[in-house]
Amino acid sequence: MASRQPAGARPGAKFAQFKLVLLGESAVGKSSLVLRFVKDQFDDYRESTIGAAFLTQTISLDESTTVKFEIWDTAGQERYKSLAPMYYRNANCAVVVYDITQAASLDKAKAWVKELQRQANENIVIALAGNKLDLVTESPDKRAIPTADAEAYAREAGLLFFETSAKSSTNVRELFTAIAKKLPLDQAGPRNLRGAAPRPGVDLRPEAPGTQGAGACNC
Amino acid sequence: MFCPPWEAPGDRRQRFNASTLQQLLRASTSNTDCVQKRTPIAGMTTLHPDSHSDIQDESVDPSAAPSRSSTPHTPSRDRSLSIDSVRPPLPPRPNSLNLLNDETAFRASLQAEATTAVSRADIDTQAPDAGNAHSTLAVRGVPRGLKAKASLNQLASPKGSEAGDSASIRSSIQNGDIGDVEALFRDFVTAAPGDHSDAASLLHFPEFPADDVDDTGFLSEFEPVGELNEEAGNEDLLLQRWKAKQKHYLILSAAGKPIWTRHGDGGLISTYVGVIQTIISFYEDAGDQLRSFSAEDSKFVIVTRGPLHFVAISRMMESDNQLRLQLEALYMQILSTLTLPSLTHLFSLRPSTDLKRPLQGSETLLSSLADSFTRGSPSTLLSALECLKIRKVHRQSINNALLKTKATNLLYGLVVAGGRLVSVVRPKKHSLHPGDLQLLFNMIFEADGVKAGGGESWIPVCLPGFNSSGYLYMYVSFLDLRDDVDENEDISKDESVAIVLISPDKESFFEMQEMRDSLVGQMEKNGSLKVIKAAIDQGRPATTDIVPGSVLHHFLYKSRANVQFTMSSYSPEFTSISRRRRLMSIYNNLHGSIHAKNTSVKVHHCVSRSASSFAWMTAVFELYCIAEPNANRNALVQSAAKIAQWVHQEEERLFIIGGAVCAVLTCLAPTQTLTSKRRFSD
Repeated sequence: MASRQPAGARPGAKFAQFKLVLLGESAVGKSSLVLRFVKDQFDDYRESTIGAAFLTQTISLDESTTVKFEIWDTAGQERYKSLAPMYYRNANCAVVVYDITQAASLDKAKAWVKELQRQANENIVIALAGNKLDLVTESPDKRAIPTADAEAYAREAGLLFFETSAKSSTNVRELFTAIAKKLPLDQAGPRNLRGAAPRPGVDLRPEAPGTQGAGACNC
Repeated sequence: MFCPPWEAPGDRRQRFNASTLQQLLRASTSNTDCVQKRTPIAGMTTLHPDSHSDIQDESVDPSAAPSRSSTPHTPSRDRSLSIDSVRPPLPPRPNSLNLLNDETAFRASLQAEATTAVSRADIDTQAPDAGNAHSTLAVRGVPRGLKAKASLNQLASPKGSEAGDSASIRSSIQNGDIGDVEALFRDFVTAAPGDHSDAASLLHFPEFPADDVDDTGFLSEFEPVGELNEEAGNEDLLLQRWKAKQKHYLILSAAGKPIWTRHGDGGLISTYVGVIQTIISFYEDAGDQLRSFSAEDSKFVIVTRGPLHFVAISRMMESDNQLRLQLEALYMQILSTLTLPSLTHLFSLRPSTDLKRPLQGSETLLSSLADSFTRGSPSTLLSALECLKIRKVHRQSINNALLKTKATNLLYGLVVAGGRLVSVVRPKKHSLHPGDLQLLFNMIFEADGVKAGGGESWIPVCLPGFNSSGYLYMYVSFLDLRDDVDENEDISKDESVAIVLISPDKESFFEMQEMRDSLVGQMEKNGSLKVIKAAIDQGRPATTDIVPGSVLHHFLYKSRANVQFTMSSYSPEFTSISRRRRLMSIYNNLHGSIHAKNTSVKVHHCVSRSASSFAWMTAVFELYCIAEPNANRNALVQSAAKIAQWVHQEEERLFIIGGAVCAVLTCLAPTQTLTSKRRFSD
């Protein structure tokens, strides 16, 4: 949901808040991408996400524009699949992740894209992220999915596309920035609102931290 | 059907022989008083050289000296040398006496010790399944056993004459004795030569003060065995590492598919899984159920739940019941991931279902649960929860904050500090099951999956004790209470405080998040967060804080009505993981003795070379404590009584007892206590 910066902030400054969901097969690096984006950290040995994790991160697009992401980092395991609609139902944007060293993970990613395009918000911005680029940089023969193939698919399906590495921090920030830029900042229309019955208080709560966030970024 | 060589079809009869051998042995050596007293001990201690100080009967166990001299790794060798030196050297004890190391002998030997109110007849019934449990032992052991019997008689005669002389010496030197606590570690002592140094260092526990134990030996228990490389060229090495583990947990389906193993992976150990499956099904085919068996120093315990077999293999001297409890907890973890109906459904559709896939991602929960058992967990041992010690008014104000901010869809709300419960809110007619909480705390504090997420979590979880047929949804958020925050420094497990809110509604994440925000706001306002932080910083009290000058080094106290426990600080003596494990082994043994079936033991005092330990059970509480080996018994008992008194005084701070409002959980309603006992203790 996008909303205007409340009064009191710098004139002309824009603040928007969006729901983002990460989907993809297990062990492709969804949580690692988020952790790199939100905390700029990386764990070599990360345990599987249990359930889903909810995180937020605020970025400045330019001097006057601040975007806050509310991120749902979902677990990739099959048994959590039935819960996925809950997370993408009202999402403004989605990052579908695959592992460029695992051919099957792209098939799974394609299935997610299909599901999102069919079931999610019609204006959802979807980005395809081929993660674990660092592995391929070290030994190119590990690559299972040629960049060109994935790129062609992304173009065809109308997705943003990046090959990323949470480990080396390659293209992580770029990925999220590109999503933010593609989101309709200036036209906070009804399509960006949460479901028909937004929960009470939802519009108020983010504003206070939002103000601070914007202030911090602009100082 | 493939039959392993040691599983000859006739072995049930032979098993019988093995257990009757005990009686034979006893009968054959009952001519003299002192020999009779010694016999069961000798049977047990062939594996581990020791003797027992018996507070009821100060007579001496002469078998101790020769056996000690035969085992170079005996920790207190130096101390006992002076005694040994006046004796003629005796021949090393034959290993064949292994046979006698079955549970009946072990139990029977305990009986010769400082337990009260136990008759020999009782002891024999303590291990009802000992007879059918030791099949492999029996088949191998029978011929050896005959030899053993002979040699025992040989040993007995010279020593019988000596016993009178040595009695006075031995009874006066308490810490030269090795009690059943040491026997607890007989497995370590008889471990393969390769394991010996590790085992010995773990065993070595001569004095309490220093805590300089090398943990590396025990820590290697938790290291991965590694992965097979492409040509499987390292298979032998990996199997070697796999076999070196002291403890294994395996889960396989009734159809024989490996589902999970703590060490290694299904591919590496498939042959062993096949063997286990064969053994289990051999008994199943005969309409029988194999519950446990021992092979040399390893104990195998099998629990079958629906379509799953759970197998524990332990060389860490745990009782059948304790291992069974641990396997039950693993089963609960699987239910918690899948729910009972979906587990049943999966297997009814296809009995050969590979459960690995549905369980994917929850392996780490199983592993961290298993590791906490291997390290030794008071919570599991006592089937109880620990609470953070805070003043009653403070707990009350946290309770009130929970009630005040309670969301409509909230089922349970918990404030937990490093695995210790601070406060709970629950609806009137529902209580929380300690087994469920154990699973939750394992997930939140032990396994990394939740904490590493770095944010708030929303987790579908089935609480099998509450209702095994469906999911609840759990909101978890960690609070950072530290003042001087170093961003990159991880909060240690004991310090992390979590708000856990459980709802039956899967869409209620934001509602729970809102409740969390206002709850934390309230707690900040009324100073509760500071109180919690102070309580965490203060830690558990040392025994000397409670009873100045106490001989006690550690205690565990379980309040039976509240299904909660409290304990003293691990530091300074038990901070190292292997010492803590050893402490827990002593507790395991105490707990096993006092909870043995068909006994009415109320007080159990036991002196070993490494520690004297004391268990005391009443209708209200169970108290277990450990002191130095040469601690005066009266001082020990006095301290224990003071601890019990202290806990009684501090009861409302140590435990969560019936909140002011009905909706506040008293942790467990009395009816729940019964269920929990049935589920976790038996």
